[in-house]
Amino acid sequence: MNKRSLVSAARWSCVGIAVLLLSGCNLELLSPKGDIGMQEKSLILIATGLMLLVVVPVIAMTLIFAWRYRASNTKATYAPKWSHSTAIETVVWTIPCIIIAILGTITWRTTHALDPYKPLDHQAKAITIQAVSMDWKWAFIYPDYGVASVNELALPTNVPVHFEITSDSVMNAFFIPQLGSQIYAMAGMKTQLNLIASEPGSYAGLSSNYSGAGFSDMHFTAIATSQQGFEDWIKKAKASSSNLDDQAYHALTQPSEKVPVSYYGNVKAGMFDSIINQYMGDMSMDKIGTTPAQASAIPSHNDHAKAAE
Amino acid sequence: MFGKLSLSAIPFHEPIIMGTLLMVCLGGAALLGWVTYQRKWGYLWSEWFTTVDHKRIGIMYVILALVMLLRGFADAIMMRAQQAVAASDAAGYLPPHHYDQIFTAHGVIMIFFVAMPFVVGLMNLVVPLQIGARDVAYPFLNSLSYWLTASGVVLVMMSMFVGDFAATGWLAYPPLSELKFSPTVGVDYYIWALQLSGLGTTLSGINFIVTILRMRTPGMKLMQMPVFTWTALVTNILIVAAFPLLTVALALLAADRYLDMHFFTNELGGNAMLYVNLIWIWGHPEVYILILPCFGVFSEVVATFSGKPLFGYKSMVYATAGIGLASFIVWLHHFFTMGSGADVNAFFGISTMIISIPTGVKLFNWLFTMYRGRIRFNLPMLWTVAFMVTFTIGGMTGVLLAVPGADFVLHNSLFLIAHFHNVIIGGVLFGLFAAVNYWFPKAFGFKLEERWGKASFWCWVVGFYLAFMPLYVLGLMGMTRRMNHYANPAWQPYLIVAAVGAVFIAAGIGFMLLQFVVSIRNRAANPDLTGDPWGGRTLEWATSSPAPFYNFAVLPKVEELDQFWADKEHKRAYPRHERYADIHMPRNTGAGLIMSAFGTVLGFAMVWHIWWLAIAGLVGMVGTFIVRAFDTNVDYYVPGAEVEKIERARLVPLHKLIENVGPASAGEKVA
Repeated sequence: MNKRSLVSAARWSCVGIAVLLLSGCNLELLSPKGDIGMQEKSLILIATGLMLLVVVPVIAMTLIFAWRYRASNTKATYAPKWSHSTAIETVVWTIPCIIIAILGTITWRTTHALDPYKPLDHQAKAITIQAVSMDWKWAFIYPDYGVASVNELALPTNVPVHFEITSDSVMNAFFIPQLGSQIYAMAGMKTQLNLIASEPGSYAGLSSNYSGAGFSDMHFTAIATSQQGFEDWIKKAKASSSNLDDQAYHALTQPSEKVPVSYYGNVKAGMFDSIINQYMGDMSMDKIGTTPAQASAIPSHNDHAKAAE
Repeated sequence: MFGKLSLSAIPFHEPIIMGTLLMVCLGGAALLGWVTYQRKWGYLWSEWFTTVDHKRIGIMYVILALVMLLRGFADAIMMRAQQAVAASDAAGYLPPHHYDQIFTAHGVIMIFFVAMPFVVGLMNLVVPLQIGARDVAYPFLNSLSYWLTASGVVLVMMSMFVGDFAATGWLAYPPLSELKFSPTVGVDYYIWALQLSGLGTTLSGINFIVTILRMRTPGMKLMQMPVFTWTALVTNILIVAAFPLLTVALALLAADRYLDMHFFTNELGGNAMLYVNLIWIWGHPEVYILILPCFGVFSEVVATFSGKPLFGYKSMVYATAGIGLASFIVWLHHFFTMGSGADVNAFFGISTMIISIPTGVKLFNWLFTMYRGRIRFNLPMLWTVAFMVTFTIGGMTGVLLAVPGADFVLHNSLFLIAHFHNVIIGGVLFGLFAAVNYWFPKAFGFKLEERWGKASFWCWVVGFYLAFMPLYVLGLMGMTRRMNHYANPAWQPYLIVAAVGAVFIAAGIGFMLLQFVVSIRNRAANPDLTGDPWGGRTLEWATSSPAPFYNFAVLPKVEELDQFWADKEHKRAYPRHERYADIHMPRNTGAGLIMSAFGTVLGFAMVWHIWWLAIAGLVGMVGTFIVRAFDTNVDYYVPGAEVEKIERARLVPLHKLIENVGPASAGEKVA
């Protein structure tokens, strides 16, 4: 009776999973909008399929053996001393080895193909966007255009985008699920990510590494648009009267939550590098700001204590 | 005088915490009052608190783990409730300040103060019995290990009511855990609680390695040890190799916070990546420290309840050792997204997958142990079957996460959360519950009743699937972990299902407690008269239930694997002896408890920067140890005559029983 209920429970949970999967047609990771995301989606599906080759038989055998060799079934063979079979042992070591050899090969190839640092192979020239995580918002700098934005970024479709990422605070991770890979943002360090969008649309972006009290609202919109739409967006940013100079930057780094989208029409040259360099101690060449008071763009203890409250 | 400590450290303005404090005070007062009323303090002190008996220490570990399971689960259900309501950017009922502490405490408590003490307690209870030893190699050290773990628990529980707990996530990544971003005492509580209990765990690891290598009964070769003991040996080697890394990582973090060092800060050349590497070089072996003994449990259970020897014993031993070794070269898979090169990521991805080979072999071996068996579906076996199905799914998603290209989108998502709960609940917890039902009679002399046990089993299994399958889907929908609230309304239905699953699990825990209560009340109905209630194969079933304090009156002689089974078959189990020799036993001591009490004082004083008290705590700790070191009255002999009296009381009725029903099945038939 136990076995029967076990089997039926397993069956029902499978049905349940299937229903859940189907009802949520909107699985962002399985409907990617860019080449990297698409490759990652098919990698997930292939790897899962490969593993199901072992997983399904193991689960089936578990339930079948549990049922067939139940103590009350006296018709089943009972071999109370049988505990070794070289043939079976060879098979059970070999099958996982084969699967893992195949999966390992796929892993080696795809890990190199999908290396986030690797520039994308594309005829269009990549644009660069520099992303800075702060408590608790994202600043995006477009060095080629001299503009910047907060909590919104735009990118032209079918043009590779080269992201340079750092943090002016704790660790975060830069992630636009529908475009593909994420990468950590860490202070004093520059990480890189290469993505491309193939379809226009507004995609959710977020920090996927917990970073403190305001973390949950640390999301942004990634607008993928045509070349024209992108240029219009740049123009809109340029039209902003705000300047991202040292003072504005210092103000921006103060802990804040649910920060509305804003634009900077002008960005001090070399801003991104100086954000990184401020954490390099004596190694840094140019610190942010001119006066000692401004030299520390880092929020003080008190700022954080307040923000945490 | 009192460092940073003042009355304002008590969060009077938080109704949830104050309510909990009230409950804890009332419950605690009731418990203390009851013990006083029953005049049990002397008994508790002399028989339990000061005991060096590995069985009693094991029982105290498991009780500690079960109590902390309630605390950790209370955190879990609060999180599920918060996420079920905080959709479309609604605030929910827990502000981030509180919610962030809850998910941190949940992780810390479940790993360090539920799973670890549970596993260590189980090894305490079972390993010496399985190898035919009279106690562990260092009984006093064992008591010290337990009480150090308990002092970690005390600090974590105190943090709820005095000050706050870390709000950093369970591994306290810097720079978030540095003074600049976490200026309160929360992270300090975290550091000192883990340092104290980590010290206990390391000592316990040393103790068990020596016990298993040096104290096996005459004749027992390594390759004749029960599989649970093998997994315990590998686990303790992992503990001794890995826990010092945790100690070092936390000590460096403490140096940053207390001495203005800059190991992991943003400034002055500090580098958080160093901490992340160190903590995961400990952290990945840690999950194998938890799961390997559970693999051992399943191996014992599946063989016993299938009425067959374990299929592929040698494979099992090599697979265990292989997993143990490989667990040290996979840590980087916890942060593929840090920007390492493709070669590094691919190496760690593939090394992780390789671990699934010995793990897969283990699953096949359990399957072929069931094959052509006579499977009795008592609770330990039910938990085992549920484990085999559930763990296979968790293993699959784990291998998927080990593919760097897949991890780039799944990392830190709820898919990851679902995966590790799938293996830790479906593997570790199910294993521990199987073990509790399996070895309970050996510890207490009566079996747990099955009706409420089965109710608990089904609630846990159904609850697990309801609570965590939706999280896999949410991960694929791009939901990341540790969110206090979220904008996307499409996530909410899944989170509501997950919360319903948590309610089922709550019922599972409730039924389990009920199972204990009912079993204890009706203990006369389920006695284990033979010491072998399940038809066991290994030595722990050869002695009485509960085992006498000296475990074995005469050390059993071992010539083969499953010696006890062979003895039963050849009708030479339960031998009569003409005379019994005196038995050398360790004396109880309160030194471990006193040292740990001073340790708790030290930890608390360090948290609050009360330096004079910290010095007092340290001096007390070291001083107690020195006093203990000069104590020569640490052992005694049990006279042979007393042993004979105890053994006769057991063996005379037992032999009558066996004459009636036959040896091999005496246990099952009578029970």
